[in-house]
Amino acid sequence: MRRALLLAMATLALAAPPVFAADTTNPQADFRAFRKYFTERFPKVPLNDFVNGPYSMDAGLRKQWEEIDAFPPYQFAVDKGKQMFDTPFANGKTYADCFPNKGIGIRQNYPYFDSKSGEVITLDVALNQCREANGEKPFDYNKDDMAALTAYMAFTSRGKPFAIEIPDDPRALAAYEKGKEYFYTRRGQLNFSCASCHVQNPGGHLRTEVLAPALGIVAALPIYRSEWGGMGTTSRRLTSCNSQVRAAPLKPEDPSYRDVEYFLSYMSNGLPVSGPGARP
Amino acid sequence: MYARGLIGLAVILSIGSFTNAASAASADDFKAAFAKAEAANKQAGDLKNQWTTTAQQLKAAQAEAAAGDYDVAVTDAQQAEALANASIAQAKEQAAAWKQAVVH
Amino acid sequence: MASTIRMRAVASGDTTEVQALVQHPMDSGFVKDAKGDLIPPHYIEVLEFQHAGKTVFTAFWGPAVAKDPYVKFSFKGAQKGDDLTISWVDNKGQSDSLVGKIM
Repeated sequence: MRRALLLAMATLALAAPPVFAADTTNPQADFRAFRKYFTERFPKVPLNDFVNGPYSMDAGLRKQWEEIDAFPPYQFAVDKGKQMFDTPFANGKTYADCFPNKGIGIRQNYPYFDSKSGEVITLDVALNQCREANGEKPFDYNKDDMAALTAYMAFTSRGKPFAIEIPDDPRALAAYEKGKEYFYTRRGQLNFSCASCHVQNPGGHLRTEVLAPALGIVAALPIYRSEWGGMGTTSRRLTSCNSQVRAAPLKPEDPSYRDVEYFLSYMSNGLPVSGPGARP
Repeated sequence: MYARGLIGLAVILSIGSFTNAASAASADDFKAAFAKAEAANKQAGDLKNQWTTTAQQLKAAQAEAAAGDYDVAVTDAQQAEALANASIAQAKEQAAAWKQAVVH
Repeated sequence: MASTIRMRAVASGDTTEVQALVQHPMDSGFVKDAKGDLIPPHYIEVLEFQHAGKTVFTAFWGPAVAKDPYVKFSFKGAQKGDDLTISWVDNKGQSDSLVGKIM
């Protein structure tokens, strides 16, 4: 009896613990696995079509969208955004002075990791930094002004492939990894992670909505939502996703939000900007 | 019979007073319960994992206390604390569990 | 001031297909703002399209129509190059109109 017990204990001690994926951060491996998962699950969807979210998943919804897109509801926001973009600040400078290529056709490069500040900088954050550097008050990240401005900038970048860089800097890799963690972490009283809907159930229904695949999901931002009756920012979408699973939203452009946008944008590398998008 | 009646009355009165003693929460009871719930929710906040329902429950408890309904207020504050604790447990469990969901 | 109307009309044979997007809050009067006060009703009551002096389409809208309404319809009897006028009036007496060319 005692020998049997000792033998059992020895066996347990020798049994190897379950091996998870490597503990070192490897964005390139993640990228390949992510792409393989979605292309294998949806072999009939052309790679570039993933950026159209639910429309790549549901034919009936797609037909409605194609009709709507011929006369897009986000036109007013894009026009307003262009007017805002072209209007100089009180000091005479413009947004064009803050950005490469005068701010036209650059949306696909955001977010980027700023080595000087050690922060992930999203397009929305960069725009407010430009405003503050020129003596203007920053825009609320959840409201219409930022939505219109980013809608215009996305519009000028339509079709350009995402080109997100993760420099060989441990801080950048850490930010990427934290973004990945945020994406897969369950939260809220409903205990859903971003992955619960967008990795496990793309094309499925959440009440009347068709869920978008996580691959390319940031490409259409900012989005005009019929539900909102207007254009909404990336922040607005992230905060509303949080409250929908009964998780208290974080402050707009909180490092966690920036990190998850960084992660998802990197996963979309090579896919075309499709924003500003129109969604139900 | 008269004695039985008196005994009956005594029993009824004692049950009455027993019930009152058990349910008579005071403003201090509420303050204590609410403080505990808030502390737990703050801990959840440090873990960046508060639930919207916790905040709603705290608000409801406060409104009930303001109206003088301390019994209900204490119960709701205790429920808010339970929700906050659940959100803390979720954050702690997910800190390792998230890796299992990663596409590979 | 920028027009509230975007219109596109395309003639194909005898039929002209018209699409229009109108920028308007279309407040029903039943929605409350962040402070809890009712947002007063403000919606388009009548929308009209005219070609060659004749009304070709009339819409009687109201509080049930959502913000920034979109309309699409077809009519006969117009040609490429003709003018098409769209106009609207709302419950506050405000109005706007636009003359576009049929393509």
